[in-house]
Amino acid sequence: MSPRTVEYTVATPGVDPQGRITRFPLGLGTKDTHEYRTPGHFDENFGAEHMLVNIGPQHPATHGVLRLVIELEGETVVRVIPHVGYLHSGFEKLGEYRHYNQIIPLTDRTDYLAPMANNVAFALAVEKLMGLEITERCRVLRVIACEMSRIISHLVWLGTTGIDLGAYTPFLWSFQERERVYNLQEAWTGARLTTSVTRVGGMMADVPEGWEAGLRDFCRTLPATLDEVDAMFTRNAIWCGRTQGVGVMTAEEAINYSLSGPMLRASGVAYDVRKDAPYLGYDTYDFDVPVGEHGDVYDRYRVRLEEMYQSNRILVQALDRLEQLRGAPLNVSDPRVILPPKSRAMSDMEAMIFHFKQVMEGVKPPAGEAYLGVENPKGELGTYLVSDGTAKPVRWRIRPPAFINLAALAKMCEGALLSDVIAINASVDIVMGEVDR
Amino acid sequence: MTPGVAMAELSPSVSALRAEFGDAVERALVSCGDTIVYLRRDRAHDALAWLKDAPAQAFNYLTDITAVDYRDPERPLELVYQLRSLDRKVDLRLKIALDKRAPLEVLSVYDVWRGADWLEREVYDMFGVVFTGHPDLRRILMWETYAEGYPLRKDFPLRGHFSRAEQTRQALAANPEAHYSLEELSIAETYHELPQDMRERLRRGERGHLR
Repeated sequence: MSPRTVEYTVATPGVDPQGRITRFPLGLGTKDTHEYRTPGHFDENFGAEHMLVNIGPQHPATHGVLRLVIELEGETVVRVIPHVGYLHSGFEKLGEYRHYNQIIPLTDRTDYLAPMANNVAFALAVEKLMGLEITERCRVLRVIACEMSRIISHLVWLGTTGIDLGAYTPFLWSFQERERVYNLQEAWTGARLTTSVTRVGGMMADVPEGWEAGLRDFCRTLPATLDEVDAMFTRNAIWCGRTQGVGVMTAEEAINYSLSGPMLRASGVAYDVRKDAPYLGYDTYDFDVPVGEHGDVYDRYRVRLEEMYQSNRILVQALDRLEQLRGAPLNVSDPRVILPPKSRAMSDMEAMIFHFKQVMEGVKPPAGEAYLGVENPKGELGTYLVSDGTAKPVRWRIRPPAFINLAALAKMCEGALLSDVIAINASVDIVMGEVDR
Repeated sequence: MTPGVAMAELSPSVSALRAEFGDAVERALVSCGDTIVYLRRDRAHDALAWLKDAPAQAFNYLTDITAVDYRDPERPLELVYQLRSLDRKVDLRLKIALDKRAPLEVLSVYDVWRGADWLEREVYDMFGVVFTGHPDLRRILMWETYAEGYPLRKDFPLRGHFSRAEQTRQALAANPEAHYSLEELSIAETYHELPQDMRERLRRGERGHLR
């Protein structure tokens, strides 16, 4: 991280022409001890009363249907009580009534800013439960799916956080780039958001002819856009003032609060599931994991921005591998897991039986349980599956990174200013579909 | 397909746990390469705290807390703690089996990991497990006046206990005041400005009611 150019402008007291403090920042003591109440300047009772402010659930700066009840002393936050659950859909319960492959469409709708990465996370967990080894081409395509998701999710984060803090232009830039990824997703899966791209043991479809060229074109130009954002934000006095030293989590606190993903790494804890518990062969890709040091909103911004560059690097490497794997098998060759091609199912008796059994009965993992964590854009998305040997899971648990990161919001907002709450909340990068599930 | 139970070794933490806590460690097994340790309920909190603090274990990161209710109604409800040592890069899964005929109560690990706060609230909300010692054990995903029970239990029907008509009726009749918790309404120093009847109800501990 570069040396700071602007330090704590928000945290300095506001002073009027007579030299009296008009805005008292944090750390000056309680309302009984500090000296800001000069006679005649304030109404005597003004500072004594706490105010209860409700933000959301319908408020653009809460990034979804999050409701915050904030207790204020003046402009300083005494306490934040978040209310979640407005988007609760009971996915985990629904999953207990569905076949494993039928659950994949539900995963799209949890973290709907990175649907492909959720598809991959679920498929990997089922494959772990079954002890299935997927093909190399499938692995590379899944890496591409994950890293594309990381880029679009971070782009939404960047754009919306910029808007929250008063910068409109980067929002347009980032959404323009995001649109290109959505077009690629649509060309691959037929859907822009509800991708459902994976299946147990493989993928729903291979990428269409010429698709790689489109992604290559995206990878070539994305860094230029990111450079522009970098030039706009990283040394911008307003941006630094609004974000540096705001919402600080130390490394110990971040671990104790079970933060994950960019939130954890911005606090200086170098843990990335892709590096430390590799899946999909991530250990064979050449990429760096950015780690912050201050654990504030600014460092989270730096970490996420750098992660997009790194994802771009991974995408380029994966595309090269995909070229070498042209024509290689995509799905595992196990008719109990992967549907036979329709033409064979219509002409070959055995293939038809497998087709029938799989559609009617579903994939059946052996009894057992598996937990698999993957590095999603929001943090560690864990999938915990318990099977009793039938085609429907006994329990499908999502470890929701946004939910667990959001739990630390109250801690981060304590003692901050009301306007900082918006910045801190934006920096958590929540998506309510996943928080509420 | 290889069987789900891989031929993996038990984690060395199991023998360390046995040495420290003796018969509080009920059994240990491996599933899909992950070690699972069953702990007796009364010593579970101590064992979890020990796993965090013992230098050789250093399971400093609480990945997840959840519960599993099996389809077999006789089988106890299992509470699942997923721990990780960020330095040693190993995972460990601990379970507490809770007999469903007895009150579902267990000591909270809020004092060990603050990350347990919302995770325990969710398990309480979805399974009805009471975490004693949790400072703020309220429903989290369902609303506070939700009266149908605990949705992720297997005896809870997919469409809920109440009929669709009843659910709609209750939703329409919901008291908006109920969406502020008692705690929120009483922390503000404007409490004394609330209407008399509302203060009276808050004093009695009511959090709004379904009509």
